[in-house]
Amino acid sequence: MSQPRPDSAIANRPERTGNAFLATLRRDLKLAIRHRGELANPLIFFLLVITMVPLGVSPSPKTLAILAPGMLWVVALLATLLSLDGLFRSDFDDGTLEQLLLSPQSSYINVLAKVIVHWLTTGLPLTLIAPLLGVMMSLPEAGYIPLVLSLLLGTGSLSLIGAIGAALTVSLRKGGLLLSLIVMPLYVPVLIFGSSGVRAAIEGFAYNTQLAVLGSFLALAIIAAPLAIAGALKMSVNN
Amino acid sequence: MAWQWFHRLGSPKWFYEKTNAWMPWLLSISLLMIVSGSIWALGFAPMDAKQGNSYRIMYLHVPASIVAMAAYYVMAVAGAIGLIWKMKLSYMVMKVAAPIGAVLTAMALFTGAVWGKPTWGTYWVWDARLTSVLILLFLYLGVIALQEAFREQEVADKASAILSLVGTVNIPIIYKSVDWWFTLHQPASIKMTSSSIAPEMLYPLLGMITGFYIFFTWALLAATRSEILQREMKTNWVKHALLNKV
Repeated sequence: MSQPRPDSAIANRPERTGNAFLATLRRDLKLAIRHRGELANPLIFFLLVITMVPLGVSPSPKTLAILAPGMLWVVALLATLLSLDGLFRSDFDDGTLEQLLLSPQSSYINVLAKVIVHWLTTGLPLTLIAPLLGVMMSLPEAGYIPLVLSLLLGTGSLSLIGAIGAALTVSLRKGGLLLSLIVMPLYVPVLIFGSSGVRAAIEGFAYNTQLAVLGSFLALAIIAAPLAIAGALKMSVNN
Repeated sequence: MAWQWFHRLGSPKWFYEKTNAWMPWLLSISLLMIVSGSIWALGFAPMDAKQGNSYRIMYLHVPASIVAMAAYYVMAVAGAIGLIWKMKLSYMVMKVAAPIGAVLTAMALFTGAVWGKPTWGTYWVWDARLTSVLILLFLYLGVIALQEAFREQEVADKASAILSLVGTVNIPIIYKSVDWWFTLHQPASIKMTSSSIAPEMLYPLLGMITGFYIFFTWALLAATRSEILQREMKTNWVKHALLNKV
């Protein structure tokens, strides 16, 4: 009696896709936690740049309050951008990425897991630290909840869109600056709706429109971005 | 049978030989239209009641903006065809469309700034259209930079094709968000005269737009042809083609 080939057996069982997703998720999280120093870097960058604003512009709370929603959003965006270069870098260098793309599970799922870990280790901490920096920027009281909510939804899109750029440039030795160059124009809509939601709340208007739009951006990005990321990674690995 | 021309497009040689005869025609028709359209627009079209003669830069600004936008879609569609059918020629069209589109976008921004000075009193305002055209320029520059970054042409082609497709999905979203951002934050006091345009002004404009489209086609084909020669440098037919010309 011949045994079925093990790889086809795996591919034919749908629940294995979920297992692969969890395995990638767990592995990347473990790797991230073992490099604790790197985890803090985007946060320190966020803190440093926000400290520069009163030093460079004006320490007056009135001026800072006007700048706060936009500055917090722009700097969170830049911090995400800087963390993107390392997203696929080490996996690309040691060949893990190639194995991941060769595996029988869909690369859509694997890529999605990797991006979710990126969000958990940069977007989520940035969101959580944002209210503290809001205090430093004298953000008016009404702005805190919309700031956290908009960042929570928006940083997800930032991670997904940015991962496309990271996947395209991973095979280049000096991809960092190029990555920012190609990704930043794509970040414009997220920035517009994110910061205007906070501003609307401060001015006493409803901000659920902006949150809804950010949510729809995230939904669209979850559906479409992993396809582009997987395609770009395949291209980079074959390079 | 019906699809034969499409398969033939896969051959750069066929394309090169086929377009040989078109080039002088395209160039002369486009130059004729642009020159006569400019004379008509600058000399004979009536003066604008509010803006005086300064509105005449519209005859460069509007065609440049329209074709700059169209060039992005040409680039993205060519990239998609390249990714789907692995057609070498279509990657070449995609590659050369990016710089042409970027120049047209820069021209649209420049003429817009020159027009803005007499009408709005300033070269630059954060108007919705200006901002989205600026972002379009950044999208072009990103594609060009990515194309330049790879050593291997094949990888560069695929990477820029993916990026231009991602950009295509984003362009309507960017336009809509910038529009929304503008209506929320800026008073709409600096609107251009919104009344519909008089026919005596419209006809030279339509002529200029058509002239620009044909000129774009010529530039795209000319750049593609030189790209073909460069990439197929080692083949015999290129050597023959060049020898016969000299």
